Amino acid sequence: MKVVNNLTHSIDGMGIMKGRKAFTDDFAEKDTLIVKVMRSPYAYAKILEINDSEARKLEGIEMVLTHKDFKRIPFTRAGQGYPEPSPHDKFVLDEYVRYIGDEVLAVVGRSDEICDKALSLIKVEYEVLEPVLDFETAKDNPIVIHPENEIHEMFDIGFQPKRNIAASYAMEIGDVKKSLSECEYVIKETFYTQAQAHVMLEPHTVNARMDYQNRLCIYSATQTPFHVRRIISQGLEIPLSKIRVIKPRVGGGFGGKQAIHGEMLVAYVTYKTNKPTKMIYSRKEVFESSYSRHPMRIEMTLGADKDGRLKAINCEGLSDTGAYGEHALTVFMVTGSKVLPLYNKVDSVRFAGDIVYTNHTPAGAFRGYGAIQGNFALESAVDILCKKMKMDPILFRQINMMKEKETSPIFAIMGEGTAGTAMIMETCKLEECIEKGMALIGWKDKYPRIESKDKIRSVGMAIAMQGSGIPYIDMGSATIKLNDDGFYNLMVGATEIGQGSDTVLTQIAAEELMTTVDKVVIYSSDTDLTPFDVGAYASSTTYISGNAVWKAAKELKEKMIVEAARILKTKVENIDFDGKTFMNRASNEKITLVDLSNQITYSHEQKQLQVTSSYVGHKSPPPFMAGFVEIEIDKATYEIDILHYVSVVDCGTTINPMLAKGQVDGAIVQGLGMAHFEEVIYGANGKLISSDMLNYKIPTRLDIKKLTTVFVDSYEETGPFGAKSVGEIGIDTPPAALANAVANALDVRITTLPVTSEKIFKEIRRINDEK
Amino acid sequence: MKINLKINGQSRQFLIEPNEYLLDVLRKNDYLSVRRGCDNTSCGVCTVLIDNKPVPSCSVLAARCENKEITTVEGVEKEVEKLARYFGELGADQCGYCNPSMALTVYALKLENKNASIEEVKEYLVGNLCRCTGYIAQHEAIMKYLGDES
Repeated sequence: MKVVNNLTHSIDGMGIMKGRKAFTDDFAEKDTLIVKVMRSPYAYAKILEINDSEARKLEGIEMVLTHKDFKRIPFTRAGQGYPEPSPHDKFVLDEYVRYIGDEVLAVVGRSDEICDKALSLIKVEYEVLEPVLDFETAKDNPIVIHPENEIHEMFDIGFQPKRNIAASYAMEIGDVKKSLSECEYVIKETFYTQAQAHVMLEPHTVNARMDYQNRLCIYSATQTPFHVRRIISQGLEIPLSKIRVIKPRVGGGFGGKQAIHGEMLVAYVTYKTNKPTKMIYSRKEVFESSYSRHPMRIEMTLGADKDGRLKAINCEGLSDTGAYGEHALTVFMVTGSKVLPLYNKVDSVRFAGDIVYTNHTPAGAFRGYGAIQGNFALESAVDILCKKMKMDPILFRQINMMKEKETSPIFAIMGEGTAGTAMIMETCKLEECIEKGMALIGWKDKYPRIESKDKIRSVGMAIAMQGSGIPYIDMGSATIKLNDDGFYNLMVGATEIGQGSDTVLTQIAAEELMTTVDKVVIYSSDTDLTPFDVGAYASSTTYISGNAVWKAAKELKEKMIVEAARILKTKVENIDFDGKTFMNRASNEKITLVDLSNQITYSHEQKQLQVTSSYVGHKSPPPFMAGFVEIEIDKATYEIDILHYVSVVDCGTTINPMLAKGQVDGAIVQGLGMAHFEEVIYGANGKLISSDMLNYKIPTRLDIKKLTTVFVDSYEETGPFGAKSVGEIGIDTPPAALANAVANALDVRITTLPVTSEKIFKEIRRINDEK
Repeated sequence: MKINLKINGQSRQFLIEPNEYLLDVLRKNDYLSVRRGCDNTSCGVCTVLIDNKPVPSCSVLAARCENKEITTVEGVEKEVEKLARYFGELGADQCGYCNPSMALTVYALKLENKNASIEEVKEYLVGNLCRCTGYIAQHEAIMKYLGDES
């Protein structure tokens, strides 16, 4: 391979760093209306009256929008395929507000200042209702968060709004109770994870205008342009054919931009007024009024026999979806389906729980998508079990974990919102990942800890798996066109959000067409001009969209060879193509690609050679990894210094090794954020206090000392040039690896995220008090 | 009110409101490489150079910049190109939303201390957050750039 798995600079990095016009707001019209939203000051309230007469009189105010302006069409912001596995429980604006930061009304004006002035003049009278702020008491609480009748599920997801249940799920393989009763060792522990925020640096941004064909043209910082188009069409009853969504460069997504945020309001205003409109979320709105990761409580029971063989897993979860049920069921299912198969030799496994509504900021898609929560619980529990059995945690994993050519019955039972797809692990290099990782972190010398006078050094580890797209649901497609002068256009619906997909997909096309990346010009994510793709989520782009590109390139090559055979007056079988020249093997006659493309463009039997291909996965081959952390803890303050993180990853072929490493490095640091730095703080009234970057601390460059990320050799037969996914897998291991390292250092088990010095201190005091 | 600025070597006069921030004035006047990430100087995305010092433009009143020299990435394109090549080589590019601001900060560091150690680089750039890369590849690229005498 010449292009794939070789050093290739990202195709757009130079222009982006030079500051070229690229991101959504760079394309906003100069003379544009601004939308600003009044946010609820109450966690739960009913709007009784809105007095906006003074605001409407203001010079420069175009509209004040309230729930009365919108037809009551429930929808979900989730940004998933159709029908969505998320409940349709949201209105553009509603008479109820369900969390502090929820939309009360919107003002539309000619400048930020005028909008702010208008907002200050509007008086809203509320009936303040008692909120549900503790997710552990939400189910069957007499306070019902969604009393309205119009809301519904699209298919059975266990939606019971009168019980504050957005979705629920249960499955059991074997008889867990019986298995556990036969086990020599049983441990049970309860874990809690927090509502991590994405903190992509570009805030949610959207702008719209009516174009010269009188169509609604929307630029949006989204991960799902085709879903955005559909949801706007359904929610505002605008014909789909009248809407064009363009996704320019996106400044980070991590799942946060899978959903739609300002799009509904901006689309409505432009469609109604025919005027350009834009909306940019303030950073506070990004924190408070978009969505976060689902906080969860996970009760994990593990049972093993006397030889350390894991026999039973019982995993009971409770997930807090906040005020709206975006991704409620599917995130929760991934907590089971992309975690529990790691230990596939059990006799029985059970996974069940509810996803409940509360009056908190909603939760939604976030890199890891349930797997990071489940991984923290399972991989912490495994170390707890090992401690009880006095068994080496590495040996335990080596005996019990998934291996190549094996499977788990979970794959067939659990999909994302629906039943799953059975599959064998054709590639699973976990054993090698562990072995390499142990060497790179120096496990044998450092496990469990090295004590000095003031400090303790220790190591901890965890293993993880993810998926590569959603089988039989996620579709990606690609169009490749040959131009005169012998270069290509590649049009993809796939959504570059900074992860490098434009570069990776270009490399796949260039490799198959035996050319260089500069001869393949990519254009992505424009609902008018590019073929359909579900978008950037579920670790699907390299595997699903990449396969579509690969297929299209192969088919275009065949078409070019047909043309070459015609020109060289021979059979197709006689043509050799090396990327630049077609040769008739029988006669040694040649024609270059440049000449062929010019001929068919301008002079003889002219035609446009172009191919569109699609790909739907028939399985979701998981990438695997082993993550190892080395930490140093101050004996007096319990301050944790994260010295080194080693990631050894099996993601199949790395199409672009540097970008793949970037995905893992970035995900590790985001995972360390969840593990240690990112505390989510709510006030007693339900207000999110950690709603700016000063109170919500993401890791800075001073916090990251050393990352070692390596890939093991692996080739997934069904992936493009052997690739699996790599976007999410990196985020899963840091929470459990860190908690295990802390336990190895101090014999203290922290079961709630983030793992902080304060929690260690409290836990040690609790243990001492008990003594 | 009117202010006079020298932006990327060019003298410009803008009509501004007294309470307008430099970031908004720049974007309104098509200096689109300067972008907003937060509202309280905590992310570094809006960084420009004022008299060759990196400053978050979201919190500087434009009115206070009378006769100052403002530099955006367009003003130091050659240096940015060099840095961008090392970013490409080391896989340090991801979304790039913060890259123009980071390039400016790195350039300012080079003017001040081209022999900066990795620790000094981290200290100098600590206000430039990145959520994508995990920082390590950026630091490798920045060290190479600082050592590039060309």
